Amino acid sequence: MSVAAVAALAPPLLQLRGIETFYGKIQALRGVDIDVNKGEIVTLIGANGAGKSTTMMTIFGAPRARRGRITFDGHDITELPTHMIARLSIAQSPEGRRIFPRMTVFENLQMGASINNFAHFDDDLQRVFALFPRLKERAPQRGGTLSGGEQQMLAIGRALMSRPRLLLLDEPSLGLAPLVVKQIFEVIAELNKAEGLTVFLVEQNAFHALKLAHRGYVMVNGAITMQGGGAELLARPEVRAAYLEGGH
Amino acid sequence: MSAPSQTSELTESVASAGQLVPALRSAAAAGLVAFGLCFPIISYHAESNMENELVLIGRWPLSFAIAALVFLFVFLRQMARADWRIWFDRVGSIAAGGMGGALVQAAREGEGTAPPSAARAAFGRYFGPFALGLVIAFPLLALGLLGPSASLKWINNYGVQILIYVMLGWGLNIVVGLAGLLDLGYVAFYAVGAYSYALLSTTFGLSFWICLPLAGILAAMWGVILGFPVLRLRGDYLAIVTLAFGEIIRMVLINWVDLTNGYAGISGIPHVSFFGIPFTDDDNGFAAIFHLPFTPIYRTIFLFYLILALALLTNFVTIRLRRLPIGRAWEALREDEIACRSLGINTTNTKLTAFALGAMFGGFAGSFFSVRQGFVSPESFTFIESATILAIVVLGGMGSQLGVAIAAAVMIGVPELMRELDWMKKIFGEDFDPTQYRMLLFGAAMVIMMIWKPRGLVSTRLPSVFLKERKAVSGDLVKEGHG
Repeated sequence: MSVAAVAALAPPLLQLRGIETFYGKIQALRGVDIDVNKGEIVTLIGANGAGKSTTMMTIFGAPRARRGRITFDGHDITELPTHMIARLSIAQSPEGRRIFPRMTVFENLQMGASINNFAHFDDDLQRVFALFPRLKERAPQRGGTLSGGEQQMLAIGRALMSRPRLLLLDEPSLGLAPLVVKQIFEVIAELNKAEGLTVFLVEQNAFHALKLAHRGYVMVNGAITMQGGGAELLARPEVRAAYLEGGH
Repeated sequence: MSAPSQTSELTESVASAGQLVPALRSAAAAGLVAFGLCFPIISYHAESNMENELVLIGRWPLSFAIAALVFLFVFLRQMARADWRIWFDRVGSIAAGGMGGALVQAAREGEGTAPPSAARAAFGRYFGPFALGLVIAFPLLALGLLGPSASLKWINNYGVQILIYVMLGWGLNIVVGLAGLLDLGYVAFYAVGAYSYALLSTTFGLSFWICLPLAGILAAMWGVILGFPVLRLRGDYLAIVTLAFGEIIRMVLINWVDLTNGYAGISGIPHVSFFGIPFTDDDNGFAAIFHLPFTPIYRTIFLFYLILALALLTNFVTIRLRRLPIGRAWEALREDEIACRSLGINTTNTKLTAFALGAMFGGFAGSFFSVRQGFVSPESFTFIESATILAIVVLGGMGSQLGVAIAAAVMIGVPELMRELDWMKKIFGEDFDPTQYRMLLFGAAMVIMMIWKPRGLVSTRLPSVFLKERKAVSGDLVKEGHG
């Protein structure tokens, strides 16, 4: 039995049921159901404005879901404030990276460790430096002086500093050179394989994301239209037509 | 002298030649600092002559000798074997007290690989302690040079006045510079502190030392009261609400006549005493007890050191907090609030602590203000005060402690200096009234400065935590706001 199959028997680590999110009167999510099992990489793909990032942000409680239920490891987190959700060991590399530009790389990484009170800080720091050697070189430099790829590495590294049980990645490939995208996706695959890190990945780059993920969801206009194994979705003609051919 | 011993001497001197240049550099820097410190403390000596007037006697050879001694000492220490240096350090700190220790400490920091821009780094490192030494010596220097009556103006109008704004600038720096919350109503907390002392001392007869912490606590409480409604606001909107808050406090002070006596203000506030000894002309006064001739200058000098101590307390607390998680959370909050929250930081508490702490130091400064003036009225707490303090923080380079201090000296000192523009009459004729142009010149200077240094005087910020090496990156290289 594969790892994914064993995990599937247990209740999902993260579960979204019937999530509806609004921006004022405009409905962004229309009853989204997503399961992320322990040890899985799950991806959510879709076009611009489909509601992928809104899904990600709704998990973190900003904006809050108007209807539906989000559970993490059996706890209902739908109504929790954002920082309390983070303290349950859900880490996020947000869209647009959102590193702290005027703080150094080292300070940025420290901020990531603040929720577990800097316990095993040195070990975690060495781990992040091992994953992204570039960050070690740049440690005393300000975050804002890094290149886009390095900033993305920093955002992921900062998220890993809290030893998360679930890592949420929002468009890590955004605006990066193909080689850097490849490198970052390799690190994600490695983390999942070696440490069993559970990853929920939101991506526009459907090809890379589906190749990496165990399972995938396709989102159109705020609703899930398709789901299945990564390879399986990659093979579907409608997915190919919509997200892979032309443009990517 | 045999040939072998000569060669061994030669190799030894070659081996130490690599050490020589950095050692000389450290020693020269330490010598300069020592000379700078000597200048106000030792170089002049005040003595009373036959007519019982104070005269100044130059003691330059002594100053040079001390500087040379420090130079030699630091040089020898740098050249000494590593295991001997500890003895130098001990001798240094015992022999010269705090000053020697500081110099050795500075020299120790200068060790190792010479930084690329050594001169600039050395300037940055030594300027702070040098300036502090100068500030500590300032009243004595003024007293020695000008005598009791003429120095009063300098110590009071320049010294005390500038230090109040240094303290206010450092207090507001916590809110604006570190936490990035634009506060246009900071003067409200200054007013709360001032009225706290005024009312508590005149109504209940409490002493300054009891009122000082109370004023701080009350101001901090008002900081939280302001903080709550503005938690969700940022930037322009926050600025408008804080501006309104400052005006509300002033309006309350004007209109609540029963409590605050309205426009007339509160007078007869007890003056500061030297830990219970009043600065008065009678037998129990400070002058009589210390067998000094009575002049009002002693009270002013005491006030100077009091506000200096309060300002340094503000600085010390800020520097300590910046190294603690709360301080870094403030800075992270300034950079990106959403990222902060998603890293598990409680942004509500973080903002409220910034408001409360900033307000507390404003309250301290306020109670100092009223003990100094002996009179408070709402006119002292207008919007222009908030704007001045904010300008000090912005001109200083947001978040830089030294920059704020320099900016306060410039912003408060320069307009004062411009009162003495009489020499301009020689150029423009007797009808010219320079005081009318005072604020115009000042405004022009500010505009020019913001063009020349748009990120403030000290735009380089050293990281508060670092890994192995500190690397200062100029603010110019980094984008504001989001990365």
